[in-house]
Amino acid sequence: MASVHINDVRKSFGGFEVLHGVTVPIEDGAFVVLVGPSGCGKSTLLRMLAGLENITSGTIAIGDRIVNNVQPKERDIAMVFQNYALYPHMTVAQNMGFSLKLRGAATSDITARVKKAADILDLAHLLDRYPRQLSGGQRQRVAMGRAIVRDPQVFLFDEPLSNLDAKLRVAMRAEIKELHQRLKTTTVYVTHDQIEAMTMADKIVVMHDGIVEQMGAPLELYDQPANRFVAGFIGSPAMNFIEGTLRANGQPYVETASGARLALASAPTASEGMPIVYGVRPEHFELGDGGIEAEVVVVEPTGSETQIIARLGTQDIIAVFRDRHAIVAGDTIRLRPRVSAVHLFDAEHGRRVS
Amino acid sequence: MSTVQTSLRTAVEDTSLAARWQQLRANRNWQAMWFMLPTAAFLLLFLAYPLGLGIWMSFTDERIGRPGIFIGLENYEWLWDDAVFWLSVFNTLLYTIVASIIKFAVGLYLALLLNRHMPFKAMIRAVVLIPFIVPTVLSAIAFWWIYDTQFSILSWSLIKLGIINENINFLGDANWARASVIFANIWRGVPFVAITLLAGLQTVSPSLYEAATLDGATNWQRFRYVTYPLLTPIIAVVMTFSVLFTFTDFQLIWALTRGGPVNATHLMATLSYQRGILSGRLGEGAAIATAMIPFLLAAIAISWFGMQRRKWQQGNDND
Repeated sequence: MASVHINDVRKSFGGFEVLHGVTVPIEDGAFVVLVGPSGCGKSTLLRMLAGLENITSGTIAIGDRIVNNVQPKERDIAMVFQNYALYPHMTVAQNMGFSLKLRGAATSDITARVKKAADILDLAHLLDRYPRQLSGGQRQRVAMGRAIVRDPQVFLFDEPLSNLDAKLRVAMRAEIKELHQRLKTTTVYVTHDQIEAMTMADKIVVMHDGIVEQMGAPLELYDQPANRFVAGFIGSPAMNFIEGTLRANGQPYVETASGARLALASAPTASEGMPIVYGVRPEHFELGDGGIEAEVVVVEPTGSETQIIARLGTQDIIAVFRDRHAIVAGDTIRLRPRVSAVHLFDAEHGRRVS
Repeated sequence: MSTVQTSLRTAVEDTSLAARWQQLRANRNWQAMWFMLPTAAFLLLFLAYPLGLGIWMSFTDERIGRPGIFIGLENYEWLWDDAVFWLSVFNTLLYTIVASIIKFAVGLYLALLLNRHMPFKAMIRAVVLIPFIVPTVLSAIAFWWIYDTQFSILSWSLIKLGIINENINFLGDANWARASVIFANIWRGVPFVAITLLAGLQTVSPSLYEAATLDGATNWQRFRYVTYPLLTPIIAVVMTFSVLFTFTDFQLIWALTRGGPVNATHLMATLSYQRGILSGRLGEGAAIATAMIPFLLAAIAISWFGMQRRKWQQGNDND
């Protein structure tokens, strides 16, 4: 096990810079998730950590050693690929033992270590199968087994669950997390799925357009998003953003273009007249008097909760209720944001202001 | 009772006949048979019939302009004692084995080179195909000049470089002639092998190489443990075709040496043509051609069984 320090790393392809100075400290034994929309540079960063891409500038250190010029095989890392990258012509046992074989380990040693990893992942009965004969979840576990066998300093996962169906994804998510709790090996996990990030990470790094937007514990990002991008990216359904003007003289509120007044607990000083984005998570609405008036467009019951899409002026707002209300499309409802859970963002740059 | 039953049965049979006809008309296999018929007829007429006729002819003493009579294995008995026939068998095997091995090695090497990222990749790949698209006889004539006794550019260059003192008799000396025709065949055959293997290489997922790199494989180990095993199915196919084409080669030899000097480059195909068409002994020519069949079947069998062994390619037996 080892800590990882990514320090002001940049990456250019040709003259085109895709990572603009990324710094991520990763503590020993942590489970860090790099999350962001496609094209944000998260996979590139992971591949640089693995040694599959050159580092244009900045440094990456694994443990105390800067690995910029260290060959991938000498970095003591193991990677699980999105498409598993299992060798189709090798059995499960051969796939898992391949790295040991290349290192010239004794056959008995390879067998023992493969057996041990197979037991951890419940693969023992599949060791003589070929990848083709396995289901998606089993292939995923073999890919993880191949990483475990090597007992590396750092595990790297590159969107490992993207090729699985929704149900299996949930199961494998728990399995990977449990595995990490058992092995306590430093893990860097890349995904575009914020639910995976929220559920698995000790620390989430939200990336966007080649920069780190915010990093922190899952709930920290959820409760205190640093900017509008993070606020919109983390959480499902996504946070509602309503644009308006801040009125801070007297009891503060935000006035929307259509004249609706959105309640606030407090306002930053000297902010009267400032254009602002008012952010409320769907679960932070209540029904009742004193709220904003909106027309119900769609009601989506999921059983455990009910999502309501309502139109406020020209904008659609999503609200989620745990209670079952007798609301149908076409109704007019009053939505009251919970003022303590409201986020304010600067309209120009999207930075958090409250 | 019984009469009633009989009449009932006929009624049932009548309707069932009509129903069966309806069923047959809707049956996809019945339709498919009609769609297959033209192809089947074409294959029977232009492949199976000539092949059968050729084999039949090899058991007769047919000559051009005179129908033969059945003489059993007499043609083959003649050939068994014919030194020129055995020389042609030896030549064919030598030609096929040497040319195929070198075509494979060079083709694979070229494919690996072409699979890398490099500038003008598409153009270089197109250039590699040139020997393949030039008509055989045209390239044979070019080689004829290259190997010419007096005007050979090879001899000229080597003399100018001071390596040799006199022209090499490329097509006049038995061993030089063999080497020369083999070289010409390789030159023509490499693009086919290279391009086909390149297509095979491109089906190998790059992430396998990345995984192997992380597993600690060197360049050679990546080739040995990932590329080569994954390429074996396509190698089996391409080399089977290459061996078949080389074994049955005719044009190149005929244009370059016509089997000379002193039968040193006579292949079974050229000998068959010479005896069967030029000398008019159709039966004997057919026997030589028929004698190629066991060799070709053996080549196919080797690749067939070679391909069957690879269990990892087959089956999705999830259980």
